[in-house]
Amino acid sequence: MEKHLNLTLQVWRQKDGKSEGSFVDYPAKHISTEMSFLEMLDVVNEDLIRKGEDPIAFDHDCREGICGTCSMVINGRPHGPKERTTTCQLHMRSFSDGDTITIEPWRAKPFPVLKDLIVDRGAFDRIIAAGGFISAPTGCGQDANALPVPKQNADLAMDAAACIGCGACVAACPNASAMLFVSAKVSHLALLPQGQPERYSRVRDMVAQMDSEEFGTCTNHGECEAACPKGITMENIARMNRDFIKSSLTFRPEIASGGAG
Amino acid sequence: MSVAEQSIVGAEDRSPGFLDSSVGRKVVMAITGVVLFGFVTVHMLGNLTSYMGAEAMNHYAEFLHTMIHGMGIWVFRAVMLTAVALHSWAALSLTLSNRAARPVGYRAQQRQAATWASRTMRWSGVILGIFIIFHLLHLTTGSVHPSFIKGDAYHNFVTGFQVPAVAAFYILAQLCLGLHMWHGVWSFTQTLGLVHPRYNGLRRNFATVLTILVVGVNISYPVAVLTGFIH
Repeated sequence: MEKHLNLTLQVWRQKDGKSEGSFVDYPAKHISTEMSFLEMLDVVNEDLIRKGEDPIAFDHDCREGICGTCSMVINGRPHGPKERTTTCQLHMRSFSDGDTITIEPWRAKPFPVLKDLIVDRGAFDRIIAAGGFISAPTGCGQDANALPVPKQNADLAMDAAACIGCGACVAACPNASAMLFVSAKVSHLALLPQGQPERYSRVRDMVAQMDSEEFGTCTNHGECEAACPKGITMENIARMNRDFIKSSLTFRPEIASGGAG
Repeated sequence: MSVAEQSIVGAEDRSPGFLDSSVGRKVVMAITGVVLFGFVTVHMLGNLTSYMGAEAMNHYAEFLHTMIHGMGIWVFRAVMLTAVALHSWAALSLTLSNRAARPVGYRAQQRQAATWASRTMRWSGVILGIFIIFHLLHLTTGSVHPSFIKGDAYHNFVTGFQVPAVAAFYILAQLCLGLHMWHGVWSFTQTLGLVHPRYNGLRRNFATVLTILVVGVNISYPVAVLTGFIH
């Protein structure tokens, strides 16, 4: 049943990437328990705009849990207290009247704050561009089922492909490591026949890009897995490590010209 | 703005070298970790000879010093020194990378999955490093031992643990070893990619059983000396 809450928000405000930021308290009054967390912020922002103040800047897009944009750390947990839930899918019924809610941006060097709660997650795009693709000839589509895929591999690849690139894994990791994200992208192609030709150069290139973005490294705490709104498992990190080791052991540098012919 | 923020790593730059990469350093950490926990397990088993009396223990110590015409112990020492050096280097290097990756921390971070053991690896590791130095000065060279007799391992072992402060430090170090091993033994399987749903329960149980065994038996030595069971 719908109830109404009065809350106190402690929000990280930062004018831009160059300015110092700080926490500012805002009251959130008469908030319906049926609102989403983002709708609650919309209400607070409307009030700020009416008062002529700068509204709280936050990222959002689909508001249905699949775009991975609504990045914010709520009371010390990326996307808030509910498991497998993005901020937009988090409802205010998860909070109680009188609660104080701390809202912070993702904290990682490769995710610089642009304004308030918005960070630049371009590092993820560059990791994908470094190898998270397959090279396929264009032309007619292949016949369905021309490439046999074992059902289990299709399922595991689908589970890995569920990653929405939101960055909660990095935000939750005590080391700000991106290995859950990178391993999900490595795994979803490594498990399918279409991903095989570039399997070992892909893992090499994506890990190299991840390192050059200066993400931290995994110490197997498991915080990423617990924070992931899509339930990506650490088994993917193990698969990435395995492929990386194999790639390092068998790597041949490219040679300029082809073989005979 | 770092280079990374401007561009994708160029094709010619894409092989930063195994030891520079994050996964590569983790692999070094894991493999040297396997060597080290393998050693502590054998060390724990070898010291069981103390329960069999002075002759058995001294005989065992003499065997270690004379195996393969006396070369064995030097090969072993070289392997240990290399493993400890690489393990410490990887730990330091990875820790520095991790610290640099989050220059601004959270006001409130609620941990969901990390264990006490996983969060204290750095500290348990540092304490173990200090302990190893003390342990070598105490029972290998005898420099900090009050009544060290070269070649009489049993005597050194018993009189060493008769000092309560020393025994307490050994026990503290073993508790750190327990924390370190419990996370480390499980963790190396993850780093080396030895993960499969069929064996996941086994990985955790293996770490738990090995840790309890090693730490339990090791703690029993100073306790046995202090209670007079070994004298």
